[in-house]
Amino acid sequence: MSTRLSRGGRLIDTSKPLTFTFNGKKLRGYKGDTLASALLANDQMLVGRSFKYHRPRGVVTSGAEEPNALVNLGKGGRFEPNQRATTTELFEGLESTSQNHWPSLEFDIGAINKKLSRFLPVGFYYKMFIHPRPLWKHLYEPLIRQSAGLGQAPTSKDTSTYEHFYAFYDVAIIGGGIAGLQAARVAGASGRRVIVMEQTAHWGGRARIDDEAVDGAAVESFLDNTLAELQDLPNVTLRTRMMGAGIYDHGYLLGYERLSDHAPETAGPRHRLWRIRAGHIITATGAIERPLPFAGNDKPGVVLASALRDYLIGYGVSLGDRTVVVTNNDDAYLTAIAVKNAGLEVPAIIDARQGGAGELGEKARALGIRVETGKGIAKVAGGKRVTGVQICAQAGEGVALEDIVCDCVAMSGGWSPVVNLWSHCGGKLFWDTESVIFRPDADKAPTGHDGSAFVSVVGAANGNLTQHAALKDATDQTAVVSGVANPPEAPSTVSREDAAIEAVWMMPEGAGIKLRSKAWLDFQNDVKVSDVQLAAQEGFESVEHAKRYTTLGMATDQGKLSNINGLATLAGALKVDIPAVGTTTFRPPYTPISMGAIAGHARDEVFQPIRQTPMHKWHVVNGAYMEPVGQWRRPYCYPRGEETHEQAVAREINQTRSSLGLLDASTLGKLLVKGPDAAKFLDMLYTNMMSTLKPGKCRYGLMCSENGFLIDDGVVARIDEDTFLCHTTSGGADHIHLHMEEWLQTEWWDWKVYVANLTEQFAQVGVVGPNARKTLEKLNGMDVSKEALGFLEWKDGTLAEFDARVYRISFSGELSYEIAVPATQGMAFWNALLEAGAEFGVMPYGTEALHVMRAEKGFIMIGDETDGTVIPQDLGLHWAISKKKGDFLGKRAQERTHMVDPERWRLVGLETADGSVLPDGAYAVGAGVNANGQKNTIGRVTSSYHSPTLNRGIAMGLVKNGPERMGEMINFSKIDGTHVTAKIVDPVFYDKAGEKQNV
Amino acid sequence: MSEPQTSLFPQFNGYVTVSCESDMGMIIMRGSVTAKGLGAALGTSLPKERKIVEGKEMQIAWMSPDELMVLCRKEHVADLITEVEGSLSTQHALVADVSDARAIFKLKGANVREVVAKLAPVDMAPGQFGSGEMRRTRFGQIAGAFWMTGEDELNIVCFRSVAEYMYKQLCVSATQGSELDLWT
Repeated sequence: MSTRLSRGGRLIDTSKPLTFTFNGKKLRGYKGDTLASALLANDQMLVGRSFKYHRPRGVVTSGAEEPNALVNLGKGGRFEPNQRATTTELFEGLESTSQNHWPSLEFDIGAINKKLSRFLPVGFYYKMFIHPRPLWKHLYEPLIRQSAGLGQAPTSKDTSTYEHFYAFYDVAIIGGGIAGLQAARVAGASGRRVIVMEQTAHWGGRARIDDEAVDGAAVESFLDNTLAELQDLPNVTLRTRMMGAGIYDHGYLLGYERLSDHAPETAGPRHRLWRIRAGHIITATGAIERPLPFAGNDKPGVVLASALRDYLIGYGVSLGDRTVVVTNNDDAYLTAIAVKNAGLEVPAIIDARQGGAGELGEKARALGIRVETGKGIAKVAGGKRVTGVQICAQAGEGVALEDIVCDCVAMSGGWSPVVNLWSHCGGKLFWDTESVIFRPDADKAPTGHDGSAFVSVVGAANGNLTQHAALKDATDQTAVVSGVANPPEAPSTVSREDAAIEAVWMMPEGAGIKLRSKAWLDFQNDVKVSDVQLAAQEGFESVEHAKRYTTLGMATDQGKLSNINGLATLAGALKVDIPAVGTTTFRPPYTPISMGAIAGHARDEVFQPIRQTPMHKWHVVNGAYMEPVGQWRRPYCYPRGEETHEQAVAREINQTRSSLGLLDASTLGKLLVKGPDAAKFLDMLYTNMMSTLKPGKCRYGLMCSENGFLIDDGVVARIDEDTFLCHTTSGGADHIHLHMEEWLQTEWWDWKVYVANLTEQFAQVGVVGPNARKTLEKLNGMDVSKEALGFLEWKDGTLAEFDARVYRISFSGELSYEIAVPATQGMAFWNALLEAGAEFGVMPYGTEALHVMRAEKGFIMIGDETDGTVIPQDLGLHWAISKKKGDFLGKRAQERTHMVDPERWRLVGLETADGSVLPDGAYAVGAGVNANGQKNTIGRVTSSYHSPTLNRGIAMGLVKNGPERMGEMINFSKIDGTHVTAKIVDPVFYDKAGEKQNV
Repeated sequence: MSEPQTSLFPQFNGYVTVSCESDMGMIIMRGSVTAKGLGAALGTSLPKERKIVEGKEMQIAWMSPDELMVLCRKEHVADLITEVEGSLSTQHALVADVSDARAIFKLKGANVREVVAKLAPVDMAPGQFGSGEMRRTRFGQIAGAFWMTGEDELNIVCFRSVAEYMYKQLCVSATQGSELDLWT
């Protein structure tokens, strides 16, 4: 069993006990524990079930690479699934539950898959569920979805907060182990701005556990001195609990800081995502130990040798009384020695190498540890916990030589440098046959704008696996990239005489299928040696294909343990060298980061900006139902009491047409265009002639893209000889502003024209209806009579005490004024109009009433009648396309054959035979079918409303030969398969002569 | 003229204070950003690239190679525009009152730099940005510009329609407990 020892535990504070729960069971730990170490201290070796076969899973590592110990953490608004127990710091009251089992962790019905494993080979899902096709959608997919996923999805809203932080450093160092800290010392002394981030709560990494002397003293004092030195440097920022998550182009680096995961009651954000621009990035991310592939290597109790040492020395936790160490390198001997020194038993070190270890081998033997060289493990006995191992000759096929009783197996297949961050932005690797590792290839580094490397890898991450080599590497490389002229000496260390590692990709070498199909590569996704071999046999030769076929490395641990063993197995099966197989692509983030951190502060009220007019709050208070228009929110209608939206819209229209309505038109784009060439410029931008417009007058204009398609429309007012105010659609203001700037800056850069976007300087109100003039006259001020201010004219003046610019324009067909006042006066002006209009029963109307009224008048709407493929000629707007102008944007395009094709669908009005409302977007069907066997279409509905004015459905649509077919009946298909018949009519349904607006 | 609507938002007291300034006048000036051009019209020296300078009862900020923003008291705006337009006479320029098109927020406190760094991709470390500089950038998802008026004081300007979003995100970022104390 695993238990807490009475001595040891460099990382824990035994004076601060904590309580926590696992699956409801109350357990104890200490401050400094990880959830994993605390669970192990409570003999909770079994922590979860694997994904596919639901096999029992125990803690296998002590860090970020953990594939098994994933738990649900917290509850309610703090619930989070798939959290690694090995990187979760313990706190008082922590609540955790295990995942992927039903009904319980100890008894899991899904484990039946294990018995069926020979019927669930790799690629099973692909092979099985493809036939018959309909079953995939209706049977297989729902079932598989139900069983997919490890943790549960949260059901409550996240109550924590998150934020981003933009930071800039000359040198960013990722990893706070000895190499990272030594790099920081060198870079810090250069005076450059330096940040050092360490993903755990402790500086020093594994050095604290293995405790090899530096400068003749314990490593602890080296670390303390270095940290003290760094803390005194104002140019150095030190952050713990911050992971280098990803490296991107141009020295962009994401740092994922976990501020309060270890203390959830703390005020402030839970996670902070640092968005860093670094001049140079140094990754000192260390190395991860590899498992050994032998049958039963996935059973709870089989752990990485280094992890066992971490738990023992760092946390004072013993994983078992009798530990068998199995290895192909010297490092694991440290584990055997540590176990022995803790007073526990090591029945044997099983070393796959014939020659055994170097000086550590001597040391182990001197402690009385039995060392078996040239041996391997054939099998592991036990179910939910290891009970023993069978040893065999490594060179053989797995015939048992001896059974050894044990309750723990510490394995080491060597160390893999953490090259992930180097690879994120394109750094390449090379295979070092001697050290059996992929190492960063410094000649093929991620490069910046000038072609020079912007990432360096130092220490164990660079393949310098001894402390001595790591410190020297960090010192030398950092001096170069920090521009230190006289590089300091690396601290002195004692280098150990180790025997070389020997590659072991299967234990024993000649293992038959029975053993290979029990030798795990990927513990989380249940991928075994036999699976990768089968994939190779079935033709998945590319490592990327084999990965996806087998799901090797596709679990939440992203293959941190399985990668190299998997590649080597594939290389073996393909009978090629490992570098010929290559690696899969390492992608950010290094370990999963929270969705909250990615979103940052963008949630709730600041999820996205919502543009508000000066009268926005009044609309909300007065019950407006708002709709998005671009980033604005505009009132769709103002329902009263029990009114439906349709009833509210009808009321607003009837009131406006019969008396007086108000529209908040502030969202309308208002672009000031000024300069000696302004008229020439607008002649190019609009299809019609703007240069002939007289100051004081307004003209409706159309704007097309250079491809001829209609992109915006609006009223242009000429302010003076050199100045125009161009109104754009609400959603188009910014786009058209950019459009103008682009032409001015890239094509007509020598034209004297300036543009300013004054959209938000003004509140604009439409005062609409037969009583509009009377209302304005009540305000006492400028003359708004027909004589003083005719249709399509504008004037500056005052209305009541407001500074107003009044435009006589109408989008409704009624007598109408649009009045702009400075935005800060907008609300007061709106109130003044409500007061003055009270005797006329004034009502505000929303965008839907606006739309219906313009449709009744046959006015087009950008986005309804246009969709990016429509030219003004399609809409019968020939009158707004100048024939006199030599050129305008879109002119040439509109002369192309397809654009002048008489068969183009063109705008008409549509009236259903039964008075009903045509479905918006419905297609008109013609005779015959097309090449795909679909009915031919001859038109579509672009706008469709119930008109309260006419008390019937009205619509506009684009119809083939439409204007030539007035009076004809055509059929529009409905979703239910039936048709509606509609008559082609003139698109102007109301006051065709325009008498009402021109009074 | 109608009495304008005053401050839209209450002062927020986080680890820095956030308040909305309502009496700032703003004028956009596009034209020749030279001593002979807008410089002569304003009767003062003009800011260099990404700078803001003090003029006579006004501040002048560099916005682009052909754009300045003049900040002054709101009641001076109309007169100043008339004056500038008059002295520009035949020069090609665009001068417009944009006081109402924008909202200004004032941040005060020892950690004002951090609040900006949480929202805008700007190097806010002391020595990298300071008084006399003007930066057009983005805050969260909206455009904004800012300048420091002291080591623990800065102004942010954004468009009026998104003032509420700006105010709220500044408050969220200035919430007690979220300070980094990186530069204090």
